[in-house]
Amino acid sequence: MIKEDFFIDYSRCIGCEACVQACGECDTHRGVSMIHLETIERRDSVQTAPQICMHCEDPICAQVCPADAIKKTPDGVVQSSLKPRCIGCSNCVMSCPFGVPKYQIDIDQMMKCDMCYDRTSVGKKPMCATVCPSGALTFTTMQEIQRTRQGVPVNEWKFGAEVVHTKVYVMVPPEVTHVDIGLIQIQTTAAALPSDPYDVALMLEN
Amino acid sequence: MAKLSTDIPDLVKAFGPTLSRVPPGGWADTREDDKLVKTHCCFCGQQCGIQLRVRSNKIVGFEPWEDFPFNRGKLCPKGIKRYMQDEHPDRLTSPLERVDGLGFVPVGWDAALDRVVSEIKRIQGKYGKDSFAVLTGASMTNEKAYLMGKFARVALQTANIDYNGRLCMVSAGTASKKVFGIDRSGNPWSDIVAADVILVAGANIAECAPITTDYIWRARDRGAKLIVIDPRMTPIARNADLFIPVRPGGDIGVFNGMLHIMIKRGWIDQEYIAKNTIGFEDVARTVEKYTPEYSAKVAGVPASMIVRAAELFGPAKTSFVMHARGIEHHSKGVENCIAMMSLALASGRLGREGCGYAMITGQGNGQGAREQGGKCDQLPGNRKIDDPEARKYIAGVWDVPEESIPGKGLSAIPLVEAIHAGKIKGLISICFNPVVSLPDANFTREALGKLEFYTNIDFFLSETAQHADIVLPGSLMEEDEGTTTNVEGRVIRHRKVVSPPQGAWEDWKIVCELARRLGKGDKFSYAGPREIFDELRVASKGSVSDYYGMTWDRIEENNGLFWPCPTSDHPGTPRLYEDGKFGHPDGKAHFIPVEWRPSVEMPDEDYPVILTTGRVVSQFLSGTQTRRIGALIDQIAEPFCEMHPQLATKLGVVDDDYVKVESRRGHVVVHAKVVKTIRPDTVFVPYHWPHDRSANNMTIRALDPQSEIPEFKICAVRVMKTERPTDPIAELEVQAGGIR
Repeated sequence: MIKEDFFIDYSRCIGCEACVQACGECDTHRGVSMIHLETIERRDSVQTAPQICMHCEDPICAQVCPADAIKKTPDGVVQSSLKPRCIGCSNCVMSCPFGVPKYQIDIDQMMKCDMCYDRTSVGKKPMCATVCPSGALTFTTMQEIQRTRQGVPVNEWKFGAEVVHTKVYVMVPPEVTHVDIGLIQIQTTAAALPSDPYDVALMLEN
Repeated sequence: MAKLSTDIPDLVKAFGPTLSRVPPGGWADTREDDKLVKTHCCFCGQQCGIQLRVRSNKIVGFEPWEDFPFNRGKLCPKGIKRYMQDEHPDRLTSPLERVDGLGFVPVGWDAALDRVVSEIKRIQGKYGKDSFAVLTGASMTNEKAYLMGKFARVALQTANIDYNGRLCMVSAGTASKKVFGIDRSGNPWSDIVAADVILVAGANIAECAPITTDYIWRARDRGAKLIVIDPRMTPIARNADLFIPVRPGGDIGVFNGMLHIMIKRGWIDQEYIAKNTIGFEDVARTVEKYTPEYSAKVAGVPASMIVRAAELFGPAKTSFVMHARGIEHHSKGVENCIAMMSLALASGRLGREGCGYAMITGQGNGQGAREQGGKCDQLPGNRKIDDPEARKYIAGVWDVPEESIPGKGLSAIPLVEAIHAGKIKGLISICFNPVVSLPDANFTREALGKLEFYTNIDFFLSETAQHADIVLPGSLMEEDEGTTTNVEGRVIRHRKVVSPPQGAWEDWKIVCELARRLGKGDKFSYAGPREIFDELRVASKGSVSDYYGMTWDRIEENNGLFWPCPTSDHPGTPRLYEDGKFGHPDGKAHFIPVEWRPSVEMPDEDYPVILTTGRVVSQFLSGTQTRRIGALIDQIAEPFCEMHPQLATKLGVVDDDYVKVESRRGHVVVHAKVVKTIRPDTVFVPYHWPHDRSANNMTIRALDPQSEIPEFKICAVRVMKTERPTDPIAELEVQAGGIR
């Protein structure tokens, strides 16, 4: 069994794309990156966010697959589609709340991040978490992350009424217990922050 | 000649830059690797440990090296993709000779070397020794940097040698010598993590030194506060406790203003100052007038920010102060650094765990190259070239008469100006692409056109090499071996991973062979870089940067050794200034008062906007290597002009419009990138691209009088909306200077 867990800390991300570039160097899918970097809104901020597969406990991508081509390992890793089964229908691509699976037209198959199963199953860290220069992506034990970080790891997401639990954790401020997609920016943070927190011109006016 | 032999599009067609996208054997090749070689990244001063995968003498990929303590497997995209420069279609594998109207034709090594040597002899015979100059680089090993310095002084006997570290570390180095008496970061990076406050000025750490980010974030997870001073909100500034969007050139306002408040509120260490420093009273008197209000005017930021910075930094128990080119690339670059060093010194927080000072080296061997003799004013071991004792000692090591060693020569910009003025007639360069990297690029191009003879050692035909009469194909970092000295002062070992392709030679062999043909073979009879290192050790013996106790084996066994390391049983010196002992003969640090003064070219009615330049994460320096790697160009394809929406609105520009950015010296046409993360009075253009996309078309040839670093970080421009250019350069691929 894999002893470590995967933690994402968006506040650490510097947008360098080392994760994306390194993913494309992994032996099982060399030349194609399975992950991507989101640039949130470059006009307003330099905030970026790496997006790996979150490895849902009850993966919707697998549920909607008509060919039963997406399997979960005993470790909880949701794998890429199985080649003889995948029919390239892209149900998984459209259903994933994180935008992770990608249909690869050249091989007529869905491929996605499998948390570097080839590496993690032999005691290595996933490639992206090994190279990440900011620690935004970290593969370590729960005990170690709690010892070394100020934020707390959560793995519960609310998409409207839908609750999703993931194998991958995200680091959030201590008072937060889950990530509520419906509440981000609207109620929790908007009141506490100036309207445009990263506008340099506004900073200079104060 | 050194004028272009044919049109740029023809040269690009023949020699690139083209993009390498697939490793040798293709992506699908799953054969076992022959070996995995532990070495280091060839790019920035962090010099991250990396393992390169080798199959049939070809580098086919990388693997993280998690046991190397500095970066623990972490890498930035440049390091991950650096192996794509190997087996590259643009790679030079034969000496080339310029043929007017045709471009370049291959010639044999013998003919090429003969031509170079006969031109050196002709030019030096006709115009004197100093009329043939050497431009060398800081992205090479210590061994090669040492060799180039010796080649200039012993084989050519020219005073005129300088290096591209002139664009990088000279302000920091000059300031550090003046204040601390030693030119090196004071601490190992592990001290960053133990600091309670981290003060970063003019350093886009996330993009230019990405690995350092993790050190800072680890400190913050311990509860450390982060203060970032930069005209742009860089990725590490986004989450800083305090971000000060300083006006370019206004840094002294922040530093002197902080010290003013620290003195007023008693946040200085009187005991430390009295015991370990001199000159504090002068500084205290100078900063007296830097009230928050006055400082705010100088810095172009609200006074409250400067007060807050002092409140965070002043009373801290431990702190770490770091700077890079943002405060150094100024006509007052040395003074900017000195003002920042005064903060560290007045706080007494130096030379202890979690208490330190660092300059963030930009180039791969920015630290080591300047110690080994590539600078116009230094002999190996950081020795002053006009110091009689130093000259005598090095003359002994080199076995030459002391009087045969030339004196101080011209630094890089005056050297190019002397070429332009017709005083320097011949040039040999290595590891330097001045057409892209020097300020006022049109002047540099003109100057090269006036050379009677120019030869360039390089692995790719850089934009500067395009001007050469003879090009000698050299080696990539991974095709040779040696050592570099990283940002911390840690000397590390670069291993030979593969041999150079047939037709190319290791750089050191080329230089030694030129020396032999110049009649100085007995002084350059090395069997390899290890022997050069052994001589370098002796040359540095007893100096401030003493490598004498290091061997390649010791360096490997210890994952690097920090200088000074005077004896073979010495553990090296990760942390300087312990017990308050500094590098000056009196053992004390020297406070030096500095006053703010305006930059050479301030904005005015005709050119109302400030231009500042810098780097992006996926490119390195002049792009000779990184503009040939597909994945890195895909990440950021071409330069852009960052501007605030307020300025964009005034100019009638929207995001992605084509804009012309124009100074008194030249212009570029690039896409506008409208972002709120930059000061409204400033625009930013990254400088890695050539020709019509070169930010240095606009920058000013103004120098710091002490360090002679150019003022890249501020000049005056006007910006206007324009149409997409359609000339032949614009039609080139983006990595070659085209625009999409």
